Amino acid sequence: MSFGYRGRAMRTAAVAAMLAVVSAPVMADEIFYVSGAVGNAVENFKTLVKPWEEATGHTVTMVPMPASTTDQFAQYRLWLAAGSADIDVYQTDVIWAPQLADSFVDLSEVAKDLAPTHFPSIIESQTVGGKLVALPIFTDAPALYYRTDLLEKYGVAVPKTWAELTTAAQTIQDGEKATNPDFWGFVWQGNSYEGLTCNALEWVKSHGGGQIVESDGTVSINNPNTIAALEQAKAWVGTISPGGVLAYQEEEARGVWQTGNAAFMRNWPYAYGLGNGDDSAVKGLFTVTTLPVGKEGDPSAATLGGWNVAVSKYSTKQEAAISLAMYLAGPEAQKQRAIAESNLPTIVSLYDDADIAAAQPIIPQWKDVFLNAVPRPSAPTLGKYAEVSSKFFNAVHATLSGNGSAADNLAALEADLNDLKGDAW
Amino acid sequence: MTSPTLGRANDLGLSLQQQRQRAAFWFLAPMVVALFCVAAWPLLRTIWFSLTDTSMDNLYGGKFIGFDNYLRVQTLSNGTVRYRGTLVDPAWWNAVWNTIRFSVVSVTLETIIGLGIALVLNAEFKGRGLVRAAILIPWAIPTIVSAKMWAWMLNDQYGILNDIMMNLGLIDTKIAWTASNDTAMIAVLIVDVWKTAPFMALLCLAGLQMVPRDIYEAARIDGVHPVKVFWKITLPLIRPALMVAVIFRMLDALRIFDLVYVLTPNSAATKTMSVISRENLFEFNNFAYGSAQSTLLFAILAIFVSLYIWLGKVNLSGEGR
Repeated sequence: MSFGYRGRAMRTAAVAAMLAVVSAPVMADEIFYVSGAVGNAVENFKTLVKPWEEATGHTVTMVPMPASTTDQFAQYRLWLAAGSADIDVYQTDVIWAPQLADSFVDLSEVAKDLAPTHFPSIIESQTVGGKLVALPIFTDAPALYYRTDLLEKYGVAVPKTWAELTTAAQTIQDGEKATNPDFWGFVWQGNSYEGLTCNALEWVKSHGGGQIVESDGTVSINNPNTIAALEQAKAWVGTISPGGVLAYQEEEARGVWQTGNAAFMRNWPYAYGLGNGDDSAVKGLFTVTTLPVGKEGDPSAATLGGWNVAVSKYSTKQEAAISLAMYLAGPEAQKQRAIAESNLPTIVSLYDDADIAAAQPIIPQWKDVFLNAVPRPSAPTLGKYAEVSSKFFNAVHATLSGNGSAADNLAALEADLNDLKGDAW
Repeated sequence: MTSPTLGRANDLGLSLQQQRQRAAFWFLAPMVVALFCVAAWPLLRTIWFSLTDTSMDNLYGGKFIGFDNYLRVQTLSNGTVRYRGTLVDPAWWNAVWNTIRFSVVSVTLETIIGLGIALVLNAEFKGRGLVRAAILIPWAIPTIVSAKMWAWMLNDQYGILNDIMMNLGLIDTKIAWTASNDTAMIAVLIVDVWKTAPFMALLCLAGLQMVPRDIYEAARIDGVHPVKVFWKITLPLIRPALMVAVIFRMLDALRIFDLVYVLTPNSAATKTMSVISRENLFEFNNFAYGSAQSTLLFAILAIFVSLYIWLGKVNLSGEGR
């Protein structure tokens, strides 16, 4: 490994040196790219940027961060507030653009040809006051993963509503617990962090309870539908979901699922590729569907996720950094990401790409799922989003762990959010 | 080098005492400057920030707003009067209460366990040096590493702790240690006690070794019961060392951050003063509000230490008894 790496570095250096001689002087820069890491993101990233490194002579070093987006955000804010030049390119969550806009370079000019090939709604989510803050590299919308073999074994239909899911999970769990005491019906992300905001928003929205803060800025969270949605989720903890689900993030849920200890899982597309890996106990035994709804006929709700790349305005190597951002957001890198990591592309035409359809058959199906995705209220709440989300996931976590009823916690949350809002967001 | 200086000093008519004081001042000066830069300046700056409306987006553009971050009165358009600010923020008082609960319980347990370990290690036995070194291992492991390690051991599904307790028949369902509000604080306490009891043991051991052996011999000859020896001889004699050890631990415990942040992030049951002020400073972009909480944390620590020294008559100067 180290020999191969060194060899590649030498070769890159040689190419850079040659370029320097023949063409205009090219500086070989080392770009630092920071990103949260789940699954085998670190190894995949090396392969992903290799063509760019070879073409430009620059090198990229990935700085891996904890998987929790809440933790990443705080660290990035700290670096950017300090004007740190250590990191050149940031991988940013879809919700961060309004909060970090001032610290990133405007990419609208350089990406004027690339941007229109992406889904317009995603480009719009990354545009703040006419400034294109970040370029999308992949989008995310969660789905319900289920074990085809177990549904068949117990003669259960694919659940359409949350109530059906509860019954189905209970049936399978009761049967499987006899031979496997560690088996659970349904795993999801219940830790108090940004991921719980995503999970809970799906329950609330699919029960017709709105989306926390509506696009006109009204706080809509306290209503009977939301209360019903949270009471239902609370009933899962300790019955069809392990009590520890209240400390789970994506990777803990995937751990239970991929060792074959769960019938259903709510997770992002990345778990699809990993679940079909050679070391997976559920390889070939599962598939995905849209998340259940409150009652028959309602539209399913999947929280819009997704990641983008932004160039720090404090970077001293902006030219190379922008070139890397353009490469990562471009069709070549997005296609490779889709095939290797089952990440959903943001370039519309890639959904009709034959190679992607062959390698990851779920991706073309996903186009409709995510076209109906629900955005988190980061646009109406502007710079206050992190605090809104934190108050929301804390209220949900308190409800789920039996610390106050849903009705009481939501009434308090509504008051808190209105306080936070003041006259306007 | 020295004689001309001395000569000049003598010319100025300084006595030996004055010369020594002057020399001491110059020897101390670098230390004072360093302390000012790394301790006093950040502290003063935090206090200043807490009196402004600074945000992370604009660290140098904050305006002075007095004590509004601590407490302010608002009259709403409908005539109701309400109070805002850290001093009436329930989240802050929850964090204060968590911190105090954590500090009192953890330091008490650590002192008792640490003293127990120290008493054992103070006895003569073979391989004592080795055991003394081994007992320090938990304390030598960086907090982040031990917190992560314990997070896996406390994990509800794969955790070894649940596995052992299940096999022993102590529990019949797996406990979600870090997830449930009832056990989150217990989990933090377990890890903290495991990690810092050795440190207390070390400090107690140092105290124990100061106790003259002949007192014990005299007690043994007089046939005093060992328990009475502990209460009447050992404890009073190591009390000064113990008080200093407790103050160190207490200061550490009151500003605990890393363990809670890694083991149970965002859990309202364990959120401490440091965790909540970090959250406001960096996550919520309430830089000034977070600074106000940091300032209060400093004030609480200062009050606590003064009370402790005053009430416990702790002698920190190291002179006499």
